[in-house]
This record gives sequence, C-alpha cells and structure tokens, in this order.
Amino acid sequence: MDFTKLFELIIGASLINNFVFTRFLGLCIFFGVSKKMETAVGMSITFTAVMMVSAALSWLIFNFVMVPLEITFLKIIVFIGVVAGFVQASDTIMRKVAPGLFYKLGIYLALISTNCIILAVPLINAGEYYSFIESLAFALGSGIGFALALIIMASIREKIELADVPIPFKGLPIAFVTTGLIALAFAGFSGLIKI
Amino acid sequence: MTQTNTVSYTDLIKNGIFKENTIFKLALSLCPSIAVTNNLRNGVLMGVAVLFVQVMVNITISLMRNFIHPRIRLPIFMLIISGWVTVTDLTMAAFTPEAYKQMGLYIQLIVAFASILARAEMFASKNKVVPSMFDGVGMGLGFLFALTVISFFREMLGRGSLWGFPIIYAKPLLIMILPAGGFFAVGILMAFFNWMSMRNAK
Repeated sequence: MDFTKLFELIIGASLINNFVFTRFLGLCIFFGVSKKMETAVGMSITFTAVMMVSAALSWLIFNFVMVPLEITFLKIIVFIGVVAGFVQASDTIMRKVAPGLFYKLGIYLALISTNCIILAVPLINAGEYYSFIESLAFALGSGIGFALALIIMASIREKIELADVPIPFKGLPIAFVTTGLIALAFAGFSGLIKI
Repeated sequence: MTQTNTVSYTDLIKNGIFKENTIFKLALSLCPSIAVTNNLRNGVLMGVAVLFVQVMVNITISLMRNFIHPRIRLPIFMLIISGWVTVTDLTMAAFTPEAYKQMGLYIQLIVAFASILARAEMFASKNKVVPSMFDGVGMGLGFLFALTVISFFREMLGRGSLWGFPIIYAKPLLIMILPAGGFFAVGILMAFFNWMSMRNAK
C-alpha cells in the first residue's frame, strides 16, 4: 500500500479540492448549520462518520455487485438508495443502542441524507476507480474538509451576527460574500500537491 | 391544497419564477448555481436539464399518486427522480459530450435537489397531471432564469464574452470565473432581489 498516495488523497480532498469552496457541494447544509458553533461541530462529527461508512458500503456494492452484473449505469439510483437506507438504519439503531448520542446528533443524521457531498463521494470513487482503501481515504479527506469549512464559517458567522450589515445583505447574501472571501483564501492551496 | 385548483396556469408559472424562485428566494439547490455558472452555455444547459427533470418527475408522480402508499412515498419519489436523472445524464453524455465533461457530476447530483423532491411532495402528489406539469414548468423556468442571470454576469465580467463570443475588449476580471466569484455573484444578486422586494413593499 502506497501511503504517500493516501496522504495526497486526504490533503487533496480536504484542502485543495475542498468540497464546499472549490466544488460547491453541500451548500444547503453548509449555510443551514453554520449559524452556531455547537451545531457546526455536531454536524461535522456525524457527517464524517456517515461519509466513511457509506463510501465503504457503496464501494463494496459497486465492485462486487454492480460491476460483475454490468449495471453500472444504475449507479445514481443504487447509491442514493444505499445512502438513504444507511442513514435511516443508523437513525433507528442509534435511537435504541445509544439514546444519549442520538439526542445530541440525531437531528444532523436526518439532514445528512439531503447532502449532495454524501452522494458525490461514492460517485467520484466509482468514476475514478479508486481501490477500497483509497475510497476510504478520499471519504475521510472530504469529511475533514467539510468539517473545516463548517467550523471556519460558524466562527465567522457568530461575529457577523453582531456586525452592522446593510439591510438587503442581512442573512444569506452576506454569508455568500463571506464564503467567497474564504474561497479566495482556499484558492491559495491549489498547486500544493500535483495529483 | 384545494385552493390550487382555482389558480390559473400562468399564476403557477409566475409563482415558480418570481415568488418562490428556487435560488434567490428559497435558497435551495445552491450547489449547481455556483458550480456550473462560469459560462452562459453551461448555466443554460444545466437549467434546461433541471427543467426537464422537474417537469417529468411532476408528471410521473402525479400520474402515479393514487397508487403510492403514503408511508413509502419518499423512497418511491427518490426512485422516480433518480430514474429521470439517469435519463438526463445519459442523454447529455451522448449529445453534449463537451459540456458533460465539465458538469457531469453536477448533472448526476440533480438527484439530491431539495427543490425537486419538495415540489413532488408538496404539489405533484396532491394535484392532477396538468397543473402539476405547469407547476414543474414554473419551478424549472425559475431555476433556469436564476442560472442564466448568474452565468450571464459571471461570463461577461470574467471572460468578457457571452456564449463564447467576445463582446468586451478589455482585461476581464479573472476573479468572477474563479470559485470565489460565484459566491460573490450569488450573494450580490440575492441582496439585489431583497432590495427590490423591500422597495416594492414600501
């Protein structure tokens, strides 16, 4: 196993091709839960965990079921089924097994199934023909990247709440402009690693 | 939702374009509004793809609405949506390979659009086929309108051209076609729409 390749994948997915700032995915959730630090942290943890498991599940299904049967053109339908099914299942299991954890993170779990990153990662893994470990590394990197974006944004938005923003810009518009500025900063990471 | 039967079709379309514009008013399905709008052609193509999926999904669900058990309706809706998205995906891969290379992933992700599922759930599953179709046309046109406006400004300022033809012979603002420019463009346009509606309310 080539560890530099894995490291490159993680850095690439989290910093250089950060899903929020350079691929613009998961924006609905990004703007939805970045109002408060607490929700941002909860979402990041749940999101990274779900991402890893659903990437692993969809990799197994893609390579052991769909490729042999030559039904790879159904990947959109199958992956969304896998993700939605897994989220629903972990919701039920967590409610029974770990009610305390469910009380804290359950609400984010329900939101995750509407996140496009969670679907994009299996689709990219399948499109690039990553190996199992590479898929996991890519999922981990994407999770870290999303967590980073959420936490940066949440800490800025807590300050914006107190700032004197022109009225038409209040709420989402100013959040968009702020994200644009962070995205400019993240553009500095491009070229860090040649992939 | 009984009152919707009395609403005319033009009102349904207007509602989708202005009052409940997916991007500027509801702030849903934002991902492609930035990802594919760095030139006008991609923006319009994406808008047309969404319009097609929205209309077909609304028609299909409205046709099947009496056969879907309410408890399993969401998985069924997802299946229908992803079916139509697969159709769009394969069609675009065949007929517009150039654009598909740049935005293929985003076409596939139409599946996760909150707005499409929301219209299916709120409108198509409760209304007859023809109103559902017009509702889909309205919402889709609203989306197309938003993407066109955003990509119009971004391509004009960022490349000095429209639809690939150069129109401004000056040094373009490179920032507008960078990722960051997309966020700025959407933020400023949203503020503009807010300002418009505030002025009208006065």
